[in-house]
Amino acid sequence: MSGSGAAFDAALANLPDYLGWHVVLSVAAILIGIAVSIPIAIGSLRSPVLRGTALGLASVIQTIPSLALLALFYPLLLALSGFTHAIFGFGFGALGFLPALAALSLYSMLPILRNTIAGIEAVDPAARRAAVGIGMSNGQLLRLVELPLATPIIIAGIRTAAAWVIGTATLSTPVGQTSLGNYIFAGLQTENWVFVLFGCVAAATLALVIDRLIALAESGAARRSRPRLIGAAAGLAIIVGASVFPLFGKVAARPIVIGTKSFEEQYILGALIQQRLRDAGFDAVRRDGLGSTVIFDALSSGEIDVYVDYSGTVWADDMKRQDIPGRRAVLDEMSRWLNRTRGIYCLGSLGFENSYAFAMRHDRADALGIRSLADLSRVAPQLRIGGDYEIFSRPEWRAVRRAYGLTFAVERQYQANFLYRAVVSGDVDVISAFSSDGRIRQYGLKLLSDPKAALPPYDAVLLISKAHASDAALLSALKPLVGAIDLGTMQRANLMVDRATDKRTPEAVAQTLNAGVSARPR
Amino acid sequence: MIELRNLTKTYDGRSAAVDRLNLTVATGEFLALVGPSGCGKTTTLSMINRLEDPSDGAVLIDGSDTRERDPVELRRRIGFVFQDIGLFPHMTVAENAGVVLRILRATPDTIDSRVNELLALVRLSPDVYRNRFPAEISGGQRQRVGVARALAASPAIVLMDEPFGAIDPLARDHLASDYRQIHNSLKLTTVLVTHDMTEAILLADRIAVMREGRLAQVGSPHELFSAPADDFVRAIIDTPRRRAAALAAMMTQAGPQ
Repeated sequence: MSGSGAAFDAALANLPDYLGWHVVLSVAAILIGIAVSIPIAIGSLRSPVLRGTALGLASVIQTIPSLALLALFYPLLLALSGFTHAIFGFGFGALGFLPALAALSLYSMLPILRNTIAGIEAVDPAARRAAVGIGMSNGQLLRLVELPLATPIIIAGIRTAAAWVIGTATLSTPVGQTSLGNYIFAGLQTENWVFVLFGCVAAATLALVIDRLIALAESGAARRSRPRLIGAAAGLAIIVGASVFPLFGKVAARPIVIGTKSFEEQYILGALIQQRLRDAGFDAVRRDGLGSTVIFDALSSGEIDVYVDYSGTVWADDMKRQDIPGRRAVLDEMSRWLNRTRGIYCLGSLGFENSYAFAMRHDRADALGIRSLADLSRVAPQLRIGGDYEIFSRPEWRAVRRAYGLTFAVERQYQANFLYRAVVSGDVDVISAFSSDGRIRQYGLKLLSDPKAALPPYDAVLLISKAHASDAALLSALKPLVGAIDLGTMQRANLMVDRATDKRTPEAVAQTLNAGVSARPR
Repeated sequence: MIELRNLTKTYDGRSAAVDRLNLTVATGEFLALVGPSGCGKTTTLSMINRLEDPSDGAVLIDGSDTRERDPVELRRRIGFVFQDIGLFPHMTVAENAGVVLRILRATPDTIDSRVNELLALVRLSPDVYRNRFPAEISGGQRQRVGVARALAASPAIVLMDEPFGAIDPLARDHLASDYRQIHNSLKLTTVLVTHDMTEAILLADRIAVMREGRLAQVGSPHELFSAPADDFVRAIIDTPRRRAAALAAMMTQAGPQ
């Protein structure tokens, strides 16, 4: 019980930051949604073409999965920022707030647009005839009759939009915007269910409170009750004010920004880097749970300053290389390429690899006589394989299939946590795994060897942005990490976060690692 | 004075709704426009304040052509009372009565005192009714507010489109006779569209009978009774008397022996 108590305390400590950003982001998105949708709705009353186009576009946007919509805005804004930089000499941050805001604003439009049009069309024709007959202009008809009569329906649309936006804002974590989604993404990756639940409950509570306040404002307007209106306005002002207040101090100075991808090892290493930088007197913050391509682009454009990547990922994804010249050569060539093309400085390898690997239960592998990927080719057509969301579309998978002639009966995709359970329970026979994953140790899985060296090496490397590539203080704070963490250490560290009992937070594990690093003889 | 000159309205591909209508309404006159459904009487009324524009011909008010005036401005200067009343449900009685003054940008104080006068004029106690909403008063009371709204900007002309049709019979008679008194005391010029011949005979100075877009006859009720232009006018002007006769016959048969 003490484990979940500690997790709860950790969750609570992050609440001002996460909730604050969540409120700022959601409220801004809803306000933009209202400001854009209502004029479009009004304009489209007298233009069926505009109405069809606007409603059609809003509906199409609604059908794009929200996570994809958020992710799409990052490269879009990045390109736009590059464009303005080339033309006007300034760019803007394409990571975090802006893409999340743009996507959520678009998301909020459909219900507001649809309800505004429906609400105005539902106005009693007798009232409209009378308004024209007594001499109201079009503007007066709209302002004095149509909009007031449509208000309850418009407000209903705004309430729907608010609920959607507050819920969907939890998905802005992967594009680098802190929100209540940080609890959910971190919690899912580290199997910290207290975090997941905390994030969900916090988002739901916020949605409910905002909804009640809008309803209160509406009933206040309908009944012309000043106390209700004041209550609603004060409630909204308090929520927004209390959320923005703790964020203010942080906006001023630009701290060192550490990026992490969305799995436990990255959270631990991110926390480790943060602790070392803070110990060296830096103001360091983390952007957790970034998407794999987002994080590399963000380092290239200087929106984050440091993160840990893996040599094979850069090799295959960014350098588009398919040859595998060997571990040392990949590392050297990658470092030179990063420096030449992006100005990124590779400080060095941490000392372990987190490579793609394939794992089976020992008893199953023994029964089939399988020790390596080469052995697998014989029986693969009768076997089922499970992978994470990426592997089956990655070049590494194509290389392995080509090298060993593998064709499986069934390919299934799982979220990482469920992937290991699937192989343990026998739902699949083989899984794609990561060599440093603590769960390989925990479940006692057998890693299949790669005799033809079809898979590239995946050394964990510390990458530093161009701006800090020659920042001596920063480099010397992080230099001791190079070569300091071997595979066993990383596996044990990952397991401490992953395991179901006596769970530790990434920060606590990072502290232990940091102590070990500092105690190493130089 | 309202002059309709050769007034014509045609809709695409159909026979004329109003066909070369010539009619003059004198200042201070109460004219009833009667005829069966579809005879063009409401269309005629709508062309007077430019809710619709004529296809041909013209409407002159005090000698000047209405086509030269801004339609919105024109409508603000002419009172209009609607068949379906058309009060604004989100506004109080006072706000409904004062809405024309509001769109004319009168000051709140001016509107406030004028609304009290108007409500008193249509026999609704301001203290009782000012802050009620339309849904909280009866149909007859609603149309009284409708009349107050039409009179707010002190128009010289009031147009009424079957204004008493949707009201229960007792309230209708009271409101109709109250309105006739208001017409007299404010020296209004009123054009009333109705299909109720009794109402037309009891209220109007002159009656214009329309048939299929054309004027069949115009004259005082007495002239129509004594010298109907044709069988159609005779039949229509005679309906109240025929009904009264049928009623009287029934009363003598069913009455105490």
